[in-house]
Amino acid sequence: MTTLFTILFDGVAYGMLLFVLACGLAVTLGLMNFVNLAHGAFAMAGGYICAVLVNNQGWPFFSALPLAFVVSALIGVALERTLYRHLYTRSHLDQVLFTIGLTFMSVAAVDYIMGSSRIFIKLPAALEGQFDLFGVGIGRYRLMIIVICGLLTVALQLILSKTRFGSRLRAAVDDPRAAGGLGINVPKVFAFTFAFGCGLAGLGGALSAEILGLDPYFPLKFMIYFLIVVTVGGSSSITGPFLASLLLGIGDVAGKYYVPKMGPFVIYTIMIVILIWRPNGLFGRAAAR
Amino acid sequence: MTAVSDVSSHAIARARWRPAEIAFWILALSCAFLFPSRYLIMTDILRLALFTLSLDLILGYAGIVSLGHAAFFGVGAYSAGLLALHGIINEPVIALVVAGLIAMALGFLTSFLVIRGVDLTRLMVTLGIALLLEALAERFSNITGGTDGLQGIEMQPILGVFAFDMFGKTGFFYSLIVLFLLFLLARRIVNSPFGLSLRAIKNNPLRASAIGVPVNRRLIAIYTVAAFYAGIAGALFTQTTALASLDVFAFERSADLMLVLVIGGTGYLYGGLIGAVVFKMLQELFQTITPQYWLFWIGLVLVVMVLVGRERIHRWVLWGPNLVIRQIFGRKAGVAVPESDAP
Repeated sequence: MTTLFTILFDGVAYGMLLFVLACGLAVTLGLMNFVNLAHGAFAMAGGYICAVLVNNQGWPFFSALPLAFVVSALIGVALERTLYRHLYTRSHLDQVLFTIGLTFMSVAAVDYIMGSSRIFIKLPAALEGQFDLFGVGIGRYRLMIIVICGLLTVALQLILSKTRFGSRLRAAVDDPRAAGGLGINVPKVFAFTFAFGCGLAGLGGALSAEILGLDPYFPLKFMIYFLIVVTVGGSSSITGPFLASLLLGIGDVAGKYYVPKMGPFVIYTIMIVILIWRPNGLFGRAAAR
Repeated sequence: MTAVSDVSSHAIARARWRPAEIAFWILALSCAFLFPSRYLIMTDILRLALFTLSLDLILGYAGIVSLGHAAFFGVGAYSAGLLALHGIINEPVIALVVAGLIAMALGFLTSFLVIRGVDLTRLMVTLGIALLLEALAERFSNITGGTDGLQGIEMQPILGVFAFDMFGKTGFFYSLIVLFLLFLLARRIVNSPFGLSLRAIKNNPLRASAIGVPVNRRLIAIYTVAAFYAGIAGALFTQTTALASLDVFAFERSADLMLVLVIGGTGYLYGGLIGAVVFKMLQELFQTITPQYWLFWIGLVLVVMVLVGRERIHRWVLWGPNLVIRQIFGRKAGVAVPESDAP
C-alpha cells in the first residue's frame, strides 16, 4: 500500500514537472496551431543555464531558477521575433522541418559547448533525502517540485481566466482577425505568450535536471512526452494538458515500477489508443483549425 | 465531355517519358562504371532513395506528414535479417518481397490509425508507432538481438547465381534493379487515375470526397503501398550490409528522411532520388569537417531551406538544367518541375 502511495507521489511530481515543461507548447501548438518540435530545446537551455550558474558560478539554486526562466524567455522572444513568426502561416510540414532543424542544431551546439555527458545540478542540502509521512517516503526535492508547479498552475489558470491579458490571449486564439479588429495587438500577444511558455520550459528544464536527467539529447528524448501532453490533453484550456501530464506522469512511473521492461511501451500504447478514441485529445474541442 | 478528355490528355502527357528522365537513369547506371571503387556508398544512396520514394508517395502525393516512417523500414530490415538468419527463406529476392509484404501488412493495419484526425494527430501516431516498435524490439532482445543487433547474417547468392561480394558490386546492381523496378511501379501508380485522385485529396479532402473520391480508402491504399516500399528499403539495407540493429527504428532516421525528401522536392518521384544523392554528399562533407557535430549542419540546412522557401531553392537549382534541356530538346521538353510549379 505504501509503495502505491510512493508511486502516486512520484508520479504526481513527475506529471507536474511535465506540465510546466509542456504548457508553453500547449499554447503554441494547441492554441496557435504551430507545430513546435523544438520546445524541448528551450527546456534544455534553462537546465544548462541553471547548471552553469549553480555549479560554476556558485549561485544558490533558488536564485538560479528565476534566471533560468528569464534567459529562456529572452531566447524564446528573440527567436520568435526573428524566425518563428515567419512560419505561423506556413504548412505544418514546413513547421515540422524548421523546428526539427532547430532541435538538431541545439543538440549539436550544446554537445559542442558543454560535452555530451549527463550533468547534475548541485542541490542545497535542504532538498536532499526524504522524510516519512505516515510510512510513505516523501522525497524533499519532489515535494518542492509539486509545490512550485502547483502554485504555477494555479497562477496560470488565474492569469488566463481573470486578467485582461488572459482574455486578450483567449480572444486572439479564438479568432485572430476579430481580435485584431477590436484593437488587440495579436502578434504582440502571441510573442509574449511564446516567450512566457519558453520561460516556463526553461524553469521546468532546470527543475528536471535531477529527475529526468539533462544531456544534449534532452530535446529529442522528451519531445514525444511534451507532444503527448498536448495532444492527449487537448487545447481548450490548460486543465486538459494538466490532467494529461498527471496521467502521463503516474502512468510512466507506475509502468516503470510494475513492468520495468515494458516501460515506454505502456505509455505509447495508451497514447495511441486515446488518440484513436478521441483524435482531438481527451478534453479537446471538436474543431481543430 | 471535353473536360474529361482534357484531364486525360493532360494526365497522359504527364505520364510520357521525358528525355531528361531517360538521361537520369542512364547516368545512374553509368555511375557503376564511372566509380567502381565507391560501390558501398552508392548502394547506401540507392537504399535511401528507395526509402525516400516511399515517403514521397504518402507525403508528396497524399499529403500525409509522417514522423515515423522508419517503423516500416525497421520491420523490413528485421524481417529480412531474421528470414536469412534462421534460414527460413534463403533466396534474397523472395526474402526481399516477403519482408516487404510483412511491412505492408503492418502498414495496412496502422493506416486505420493514421487516417483519423488532423496533421498533428498523424504526426503523433506515426511517431508513436515507430517508438513503440523500437521499444518492442528492445524488449524482445532474444529475437532481435537487442542493442547489439542481429549478428551473423549470411546472405545466399541472389537467384542462386550472383553471390554478394565484399566490394558491394553485386549489392549495388541488385539495389539499382530493385529501385528501378519499384520506381517504374510508383510512376505507374502516381500517373494512374488513382494517383490523380490522391492529388485531389491532398489539395482538398473535402472537395475530393464531394466529387466522389473515397478519401479514406485511397489513403489506406497509398499508405499500405508506401509501407511496402519502406519495408523493401529496409530489407535491402539488411541484405546488403548483413546488419540489423535497433537504430533502424530511430527517430533520427525518420527525420533525416524528411530532410532528404525536401532537399529533392516532393511530389515528382525524382525528389527522393536526387535528395538521396545530395544528402549523402552533404553528410560526407559535414562529417569530414566536423565528425562529431554534423547534426548541427544538417539542422542548419533544414532551417535555411524552410526560411528561404523550398520552392524557391528548387527553382534556382533547376534553372540551369532546364535551360540546357530547352536548348537541346526544344521549348516543350522541361525537366522535372517541383510540385508547386507543376501546371
